[in-house]
Amino acid sequence: MQADLSVVLPEIVLSLYVMAALLGAVYTVKDKLGPILIWSTSALMVVLAIWIGTSGAGTEEAFNGMIVNDAFSRFAKVAILLSAAAVMIMGQEYMSRRDMLRFEYPLLVALSAVGMMVMVSAGDLMALYMGLELQSLALYVVAALRRDSVKSTEAGLKYFVLGALSSGLLLYGASLVYGFAGTTKFSGIIQAAEHGHLTLGLLFGLVFLMSGMAFKVSAAPFHMWTPDVYEGAPTPVTAFFASAPKVAAMGLFARVMHDAFGLAIADWSQIVALLSVASMFLGAVAAIGQTDIKRLMAYSSIAHMGYALMGLAAGTQLGVEALLVYMSIYVAMNIGTFAFILMLERDGKPVTDINALNQYAKREPGRALGMLILLFSLAGVPPMLGFFGKFMVLQAAFDAGLAWLAILGVVASVIGAFYYLRIVYYMYFGEEVEGVETNRSPVLLAFFVVGAGLMVVGTLTTLGVEGAAEAAAATLVK
Amino acid sequence: MIGLEHYLTVAATLFVIGIFGLFLNRKNVIILLMSIELMLLAVNINLVAFSSFLGDLVGQVFTLFVLTVAAAEAAIGLAILVCFFRNRGTIAVEDINVMKG
Repeated sequence: MQADLSVVLPEIVLSLYVMAALLGAVYTVKDKLGPILIWSTSALMVVLAIWIGTSGAGTEEAFNGMIVNDAFSRFAKVAILLSAAAVMIMGQEYMSRRDMLRFEYPLLVALSAVGMMVMVSAGDLMALYMGLELQSLALYVVAALRRDSVKSTEAGLKYFVLGALSSGLLLYGASLVYGFAGTTKFSGIIQAAEHGHLTLGLLFGLVFLMSGMAFKVSAAPFHMWTPDVYEGAPTPVTAFFASAPKVAAMGLFARVMHDAFGLAIADWSQIVALLSVASMFLGAVAAIGQTDIKRLMAYSSIAHMGYALMGLAAGTQLGVEALLVYMSIYVAMNIGTFAFILMLERDGKPVTDINALNQYAKREPGRALGMLILLFSLAGVPPMLGFFGKFMVLQAAFDAGLAWLAILGVVASVIGAFYYLRIVYYMYFGEEVEGVETNRSPVLLAFFVVGAGLMVVGTLTTLGVEGAAEAAAATLVK
Repeated sequence: MIGLEHYLTVAATLFVIGIFGLFLNRKNVIILLMSIELMLLAVNINLVAFSSFLGDLVGQVFTLFVLTVAAAEAAIGLAILVCFFRNRGTIAVEDINVMKG
């Protein structure tokens, strides 16, 4: 029992902190505590990330294999905690100034982080479901954070209805898998694959499970909620949606596919490949007509999830390694880009219209250059870090005999480059209409500079995560 | 004799009715919440049927978790719905259309 609890100690510490802070804030000054809670929650998350990152190697199981603590879950947890902390600090000033910083916001983010940590270390269908719901329920509320805004509540409602549908699909799949495998443990389910193939009942369950998880990573054709939720939610919340939850859902996807169905890779690799192609092309084509930069980032994240899924479709250790590296790069790019979006305002009101960026380079040459680097990286233009992430997944898919998938990936990235470069064109050569002011917050500038800087400097070492990603992939793929 | 397949058929039917309720309903968001509940309860029938068939209690434990989470989910859904109603003054499904494209 003692040993079991020590495996989930970081999760316990974070949940106890949330409950204590919630009670403390309710009985004292409520929303005035918001900024302090943001900083203390972020600090705790960073401490936990360092603790998890430096804790011993090896694999530990707790609660009869329900929770697994291995190199893979540690990698994902560190990425989740660091990105959640970064996004909260980034949005603090923006939210305080517009009077929408409620004390619940950092606590809900922390609760959803607990859910994500359970998700990536799940070793059982029940742990998977509880982690997923803890994450999702907190995210529904965060999306509707601005109670007085039509857009924000509509985003929350849409996210809730479609998220609940996806949980239902996932759960139906889980019940079928339980029935046909006779157990909810991943270590038991993997034994149910006979001669490398699944029985019909298990295959049915697997497809339902996969569609539920595809909803959570917003892979096409289960992406419909993404653009509306990204546009409607307050921008700091959108930045959060685009980072930690994506890492967690992708981690869960890889965990279930390899831990529970790792002996029947041929059965699911084609399905993942189809999800990947659909997401890459939908993300590339549908983003072209967008005029709102948050909506554009939604389609961009759909496309990026397609590339990450390509690593999973390979079904190899190299594939999972590429997936993890890709997700780390994706999160770094998104934090930098959203720091830029958070800076844009006019008369103190946030601006998300792409046309407002026309001739931006004339007024703010330094920031325009930083954004240019980030956009090139998002598009995957060679000297930037984003290119190396794409290169790794393409190589993994090619080595696994999915050459057609790699070729389609290159085609989609060429189409997708158009809308990123269009923003660059507007910034440097667009026709001046109504300009946009830039918020001079030093915190935002710091995140923006670090994000853009990483895209250049990070190419030397692939963000320094390649070794950890390799170890993580080695523990997952059998 | 009522066997496992009968229970699975009922559960599958209820689940599909739930999905259709989500997609075909044009009237009222409350009906969406009812459809979601129907889907989750169909899953519970599945789990309990399998649990009894396999002689394994885990399925029933899972059911208890699902029931609890479903209650929390309905509470959050209704809370968001109340906020939405305050802003728009309607909960008709066709009026959830400020953002599209």
